[in-house]
Amino acid sequence: MTENLGTSPDEVQFRFRDDETVDHGTVTVDACCDQTNATAVRIEPGDDARELLPFLDRLALVEVNFPSFADGRGYSAARILREAGYTGELRAVGDVLIDQLSHMRRCGFDAFAPDVRLDEKDAQRAFATWDNVYQATTDGRKTIQERRHGADQ
Amino acid sequence: MYKYDNYDQQMVDARVEEFRDQARRRLEGKLTEDQFKPLRLMNGLYLQLHAYMLRVAIPYGTLNGEQMTALANIADKYDRGYGHFTTRQNLQYNWIKLEDAADILADLAKVEMHAIQTSGNCIRNISSDHFAGAAQDELVDPRPYAELLRQWSSFHPEFTYLPRKFKICVIASEKDRAAMRLHDIGIQIVQQDGEIGARFFVGGGMGRTPMIAPMIRDFVPLDQLITYAEACLRVYNRYGRRDNKYKARIKILVHELGKDEYTRQVEEEFAHMLDQGVEPPREELERLKPFFADPTFEDGAKTVDRSDPDFALWVDRNTHRHKNDAYVSAVISLKPVAGIPGDATGDQMRVMANLAQQYSFDELRIMHTQNVVLPHVKIADLHALWTQLDAADLGAPNMDTIEDMIACPGLDYCALANARSIPLAQRISEKFDASGKTEKLGELKLKISGCINACGHHHAGHIGILGVDKKGVENYQLSLGGSEAEDVSLAKITGPGFTEDGVIEAVETVTDVYLAQKQGEERFLDTYRRIGMAPFKEALYD
Amino acid sequence: MKVLTGNDLKTGDVTWWTGTSWSRDVNDAADVGERGAEILAREEAARRVNVPYLIEAERTENGVRPAHIKDRVRAVGPTVRPDLTLNPQNPEALDWVI
Repeated sequence: MTENLGTSPDEVQFRFRDDETVDHGTVTVDACCDQTNATAVRIEPGDDARELLPFLDRLALVEVNFPSFADGRGYSAARILREAGYTGELRAVGDVLIDQLSHMRRCGFDAFAPDVRLDEKDAQRAFATWDNVYQATTDGRKTIQERRHGADQ
Repeated sequence: MYKYDNYDQQMVDARVEEFRDQARRRLEGKLTEDQFKPLRLMNGLYLQLHAYMLRVAIPYGTLNGEQMTALANIADKYDRGYGHFTTRQNLQYNWIKLEDAADILADLAKVEMHAIQTSGNCIRNISSDHFAGAAQDELVDPRPYAELLRQWSSFHPEFTYLPRKFKICVIASEKDRAAMRLHDIGIQIVQQDGEIGARFFVGGGMGRTPMIAPMIRDFVPLDQLITYAEACLRVYNRYGRRDNKYKARIKILVHELGKDEYTRQVEEEFAHMLDQGVEPPREELERLKPFFADPTFEDGAKTVDRSDPDFALWVDRNTHRHKNDAYVSAVISLKPVAGIPGDATGDQMRVMANLAQQYSFDELRIMHTQNVVLPHVKIADLHALWTQLDAADLGAPNMDTIEDMIACPGLDYCALANARSIPLAQRISEKFDASGKTEKLGELKLKISGCINACGHHHAGHIGILGVDKKGVENYQLSLGGSEAEDVSLAKITGPGFTEDGVIEAVETVTDVYLAQKQGEERFLDTYRRIGMAPFKEALYD
Repeated sequence: MKVLTGNDLKTGDVTWWTGTSWSRDVNDAADVGERGAEILAREEAARRVNVPYLIEAERTENGVRPAHIKDRVRAVGPTVRPDLTLNPQNPEALDWVI
């Protein structure tokens, strides 16, 4: 049995999903690729998120660890998973701070388990920073450029 | 010129409020300095030697009179009456208070300006040719593409915590007036089989490990431009080194992987991204183009009255051929003899703003050589323009001469610097002006950096000077043979360094070698390339 | 002597630890001896100073002289703008930097 790596459901401070929270631990990317039954995995900054693509159907939770908020590799990992069609929970864990929340959300994260609990009011303000966006991601938001040229909503 | 619509305005306004809130949280102690630093940097706010410094973006170097006036007013209201134009076509204020910063950003937002991503490990201000839209030799105006990239790169959710800073430059002529291949990504707009597209050079840069960007794709169709850039960035974000700050730029990744392997990875990512809907609608580029359409040019005189030799000299030196032969682009030198390169007072900024409104269809440009351009001046108006420039101490006839040196702020202002740059610039310009040698030397690009980070582009100088710290004393290394232009090359160090007095003498020595060896119309750089380092070394050290 | 310096969080002004508070005049700087790290941590946590650090300096008959040129530039102001230095009436003060 692999060591339990994951954050527990009560460490999740913000969650933008209605389904049940996975209540067991995550395994490493390597373990996930070797193990046919793992449903929760944790990505470290140096891991290649694409190694998980064959297993997306059975995954219900992917945690992306940010040991330091300044290491931005997790943003690419998140987008790669969403672009490949992953629909399970994508949880940002570790050194997750107020001012990274809106960008993380745009990259596909829908759950946040910061090491240090964040000020609720400041965090809600941060999530709502951008009424509109310039870049297309898989979060479903219409970009400013699309709106300029006729796209609704 | 580009005009914001409601969306653009809303974005910069939202950014001002976001920063105001971040500054509040810092002052209340909710953010540590370590947490706040990247946030303030992404709004252009540094902590320098004497105070906070604010770096304002001037996207692709283009601004209008109202914006220049706003910059002047900020200099007077919040700073000490001046600003410093930089090699990345930005403006820096040196004496800013944290408690004023959000208000300054709000003042900037009122005139469609900002300080977004002028620092930090993110995509910086997009730079471009300062003669864009005016030069006779360009294929198209590169600025619609630069604006497309500006919007794409602003608040990019994936690329805000890159391994290191990231600089993109766009040009559209064979002549390179923007140091394109010394950028993380250099884009040249080119034509192939009648179709316009983008040529990508990736992995150039200066700093402690200077590299010339290799070409990785000779033609990217315009409706894939943003997607290709996104693929270049994603490979970098994932695999750029994060273990060593000094090896974190994309040039090191491209170098370590090899150009071919990096290109392969980009192409793979690009192929994957093509059906991800990353590219903005094609209509967006078509929307942007009319903003940069030609103003209504009128017929007029094609020559000037040369009876005033001072005026004739200025015209010869400081004007550039325009695509309409009744016009020129006029360069306003921010390099008066013994002045501080790139500095302009609030009053001078207002003069330039008024002259732009009067003589140049309300447009100004910032050059990477720390000067200002009025891009579209009627030849018939040149004398009137020059007279007013001269009265404001803005009429130095020295573009591309040794007196038109680039110098970073150096140890007089900068927390990273090891030695002062400005006093060298001042003394060299004074010396060469007094001896009258400047004219004889013709085009000679001198570039001075106060530390290895190379903000003064010393690697790309025909003559480069690098300030170093030698046991607590300022010391200067001399290098020769660099160029930032289409004949791009990296300068080579002559040998052991010099004291401040010594390096000034050394610059004189190498220029004497050039004058003695020069053949025909050779520039300093041409002579150096023909005769090599040895004769210069001999004169310097034997 | 060992001296503590940093910038004021709000204004960015260069400041020097006097033993009881922060001053803009380098000549007010106190020798912190071995207590530097402790004062530094306390003052930074209280946000009375930003990015403080400890430097070597010398007490001379003309006042306190930081060992490194960078801190002497910080103490006076940009050498190329005597009008903007802390003591614009006394441009000779700039000679002290070098």
